[in-house]
Amino acid sequence: MAVIQGATGDWEMVIGLEVHAQVTSNSKLFSGAATSFGAAPNTQVSLVDAAMPGMLPVINRYCIEQAIRTGLGLKAKINLHSVFDRKNYFYADLPQGYQISQFLQPIVGEGVVTLDMGEGVTREIGITRLHLEQDAGKSLHDQHPSQSYVDLNRSGIALMEIVSEPDLRSPEEVAAYLRKIRTIVRYLGTCDGNMDEGSMRADVNVSMRRPGEEYGTRCEIKNINSIRFAQQAINYEARRQVDILEDGGAIAQETRLFDSRKGETRSMRSKEESHDYRYFPDPDLLPLVLTQEEVDAIEATLPELPDAKKARLIADYGIGDYEAGVLVADRVRADFFEAVAKNRDSKLAANWVIGEFFGALNKAEKEISISPVDADALGGLLDLISDDTISGRIAKDVFEVMFETGKSAADIVEEKGLKQVTDTGAIEEMIQAVLDANEDKVEQYKGGKDKLFGFFVGQVMKASGGKANPKAVNEILRAKLGG
Amino acid sequence: MSADLTSLGLAEARDALAKKEVSSRELTSAYLAAIEDATPLNAFITVTADHALARADQADARIAAGEGGLIEGLPLAIKDLFCTDQIQTTAGSHILEGFKPQYESTVTANLWRQGGVMLGKTNLDEFAMGSSNETSFYGSVKNPWRRDGDSANLVPGGSSGGSATAVSAHLAAAAIGTDTGGSIRQPAAFTGTVGLKPTYGRCSRWGVVAFASSLDQAGPMTRSVRDAAILLRAMASYDSKDSTSVDIAVPDYETALTGDVKGLRIGIPTEYRVDGMPSDIEALWDKGIEWLRSAGAEIVDVSLPHTRYALPAYYIVAPAEASSNLARYDGVRYGLRVDGEQLQDMYEQTRAAGFGAEVKRRILIGTYVLSAGYYDAYYLQAQKVRTLIKQDFEKVFENVDALLTPTTPTPAFGIGERVDDPISMYLNDVMTVPANMAGLPGISVPAGLSSDGLPLGLQVLGKAFDEATILRVGEMIERAASFDARPQSWWSAS
Repeated sequence: MAVIQGATGDWEMVIGLEVHAQVTSNSKLFSGAATSFGAAPNTQVSLVDAAMPGMLPVINRYCIEQAIRTGLGLKAKINLHSVFDRKNYFYADLPQGYQISQFLQPIVGEGVVTLDMGEGVTREIGITRLHLEQDAGKSLHDQHPSQSYVDLNRSGIALMEIVSEPDLRSPEEVAAYLRKIRTIVRYLGTCDGNMDEGSMRADVNVSMRRPGEEYGTRCEIKNINSIRFAQQAINYEARRQVDILEDGGAIAQETRLFDSRKGETRSMRSKEESHDYRYFPDPDLLPLVLTQEEVDAIEATLPELPDAKKARLIADYGIGDYEAGVLVADRVRADFFEAVAKNRDSKLAANWVIGEFFGALNKAEKEISISPVDADALGGLLDLISDDTISGRIAKDVFEVMFETGKSAADIVEEKGLKQVTDTGAIEEMIQAVLDANEDKVEQYKGGKDKLFGFFVGQVMKASGGKANPKAVNEILRAKLGG
Repeated sequence: MSADLTSLGLAEARDALAKKEVSSRELTSAYLAAIEDATPLNAFITVTADHALARADQADARIAAGEGGLIEGLPLAIKDLFCTDQIQTTAGSHILEGFKPQYESTVTANLWRQGGVMLGKTNLDEFAMGSSNETSFYGSVKNPWRRDGDSANLVPGGSSGGSATAVSAHLAAAAIGTDTGGSIRQPAAFTGTVGLKPTYGRCSRWGVVAFASSLDQAGPMTRSVRDAAILLRAMASYDSKDSTSVDIAVPDYETALTGDVKGLRIGIPTEYRVDGMPSDIEALWDKGIEWLRSAGAEIVDVSLPHTRYALPAYYIVAPAEASSNLARYDGVRYGLRVDGEQLQDMYEQTRAAGFGAEVKRRILIGTYVLSAGYYDAYYLQAQKVRTLIKQDFEKVFENVDALLTPTTPTPAFGIGERVDDPISMYLNDVMTVPANMAGLPGISVPAGLSSDGLPLGLQVLGKAFDEATILRVGEMIERAASFDARPQSWWSAS
């Protein structure tokens, strides 16, 4: 819980989110037009999307399935009877003069999302509903000095609006919530979750209250397109509201915009100026009726979801809560881990996948799909550690070369002669040479300067080029010095 | 073949074409000449003469090759609410003046596939909102009929007034219209023609400029019941592009015209005896009842108790849907644009200039009844009434096969007579609206003349997707009435 300390006492943030997630689908919600990102303006527009006279919407069944899939992923109730309504307002990029949406009877009802707040702390966030709606087009105001242009490529694209309960209490929880929603829809393949391409956007409702008291008046910050901006906007907005409240003022319910350059929110329209959308059931569409069998059939095809996967990774691989959380945040990464960990030391695998491997990917800004080291290759490296062919220290060097060249660990070890020396005779010889060359230090050690043990180990490792088995070195050295 | 080819209705022309007694080009040319001669009637907004002749030649070639569809080579008039590829489609509005769609409505595409020839696009009330054809931006249509000994121009009814006039004055072999609250049946009754509103979902709404989506339905407007049967079969289809289209096979409606109504149970709804109904209409209704009874049908008095609420509920539901359907005419993408300083100014000026008074009135009513705080009292209440009306019909149709009523409470009235009194104008639809509210099929058949010599229609209402029965009953009435009166061709210069 994020508490803001004001001069008159503490204030608690109350936050609810409306996430608009673009449905992954090749065609639009009510027309056959394509949906790919980045196409030339007005090249993906059907007669329906342009609202030509006499054109009629026809529901895209695939988008319906995607919404059901998402609802199931949010552990939500699927409504077998839902209705599409018209939300009426005029805007140049809204060709019909109304948006087809779902108002009173959405396709998905109440659900829940579990947030992992670290150190074993979880938070349950209620989902109020999920409904399907059409996206609008895009107005371009910067292309001409006196005119605006309209691009209808987005017009009619299917969006899922996922509405949360006002259960979030801090910007950190909001970030965790957005990441979790993104993870879930990506697992399900129902939205690509790319906020920078506009596939996922959020309207953030913020109000402040004295801890434990009634909800205050909220402001809605529209159209946030990054998790960082969401956090910035909430922090700014919370401070702004507290300042007003502390001065004895009242919050005006309104819609605000976040200016990411200035890091501020500013008023867009007041409650009085808000539209009367005149919702009514779209007479061009019949109510959407589903059967439980259809829903069950879709449920049967759901992949393992992040919460279940995390529990399983902990149980099956004995890895920690933190490691499991990192791995399941991305289905591909979790799959990679499992491929590496299979029939191997799973803790070693987790450490390597999360540490060296993810670190190298992040540094190189690469996705797993184009990683020069695949799961087999990384597994090969771990095998060399486990059978004492190389030490963990050498393995890190080998991994770097693998990541640069794409060669196998075994080849690199062979080429560079990095194989660990485990021959105790050879190690003993090296140790004796080091001791002979440092008689004064041996005297000091025997005189009680224990710290010098590390010095001897280092000298032996150096002499072996790092290849001496550290365990053997330790044992033999201790025997010789103690003797 | 005789000179007056325009005297041939759809079935007769079809048979003459089949016997090679006449060509489609000859028929088409005759109608194009008749249309030109009937300019004072103002039935057409756009005449597509070149297009028609080219299509007629293609039809003649197909007929010569022994091919051809159900209505091959037959010249038709199309209400200018159907989008026609590359041909101006106005919906009777200034806001769509000059608009040429890049697509063909499903209904007209069906007609062309069956060989139909389009003569032109007929006048209508703006966006089909009206019962007199006086709200068209393109001027009123005049009814070919006049009162006995009176030269005052009368309205043809609406909104499909241009199509009705075209059929009545023999400017086309047949026409199509749309019916949202009576827009096919009422003008048919006013012009002495046959008009059929099919079951909601029978004909596709794809490519038809929308007025009230849950009520709009396309249908045939013809000289005879047989013609209506032929044309309905040609235009109806299931259409996956219209979510409210129903996938039920389209039968050969002509086979339903057996001339036999023996054993059919015909309901007479008490509630249709409205106050102030002219005695000649009441008398005609009684005559209709007698015709059917003597033909062997069983007459049953029935009650549709919520009938009186149908009209007020209709005038909430239809404007509500219209207010939303017409939002797309904003000057941004097509049609009229009146530039403005800001986007809002452009909207206001475009819509102020583009829409007429009746359309604005209905947009305002519709916006009002959907507004926060009023929705429950008006729109929601109207939808509940609608459900009750449907249930009335469902209950009655458990016991009867069809219902017989007058089509309209009055015969055609004078141009300008009611234009300043929207309520009395709306009352015209009192007998036709319930079928739209319930989605049921209805047909108006000319059955007699009023005391001052104007045509009157009787309406037969049927069960959902049972157009065959109302055609059968309608044809029985047609036979019994043997209505053969024709308007004087006062409009003709030749």
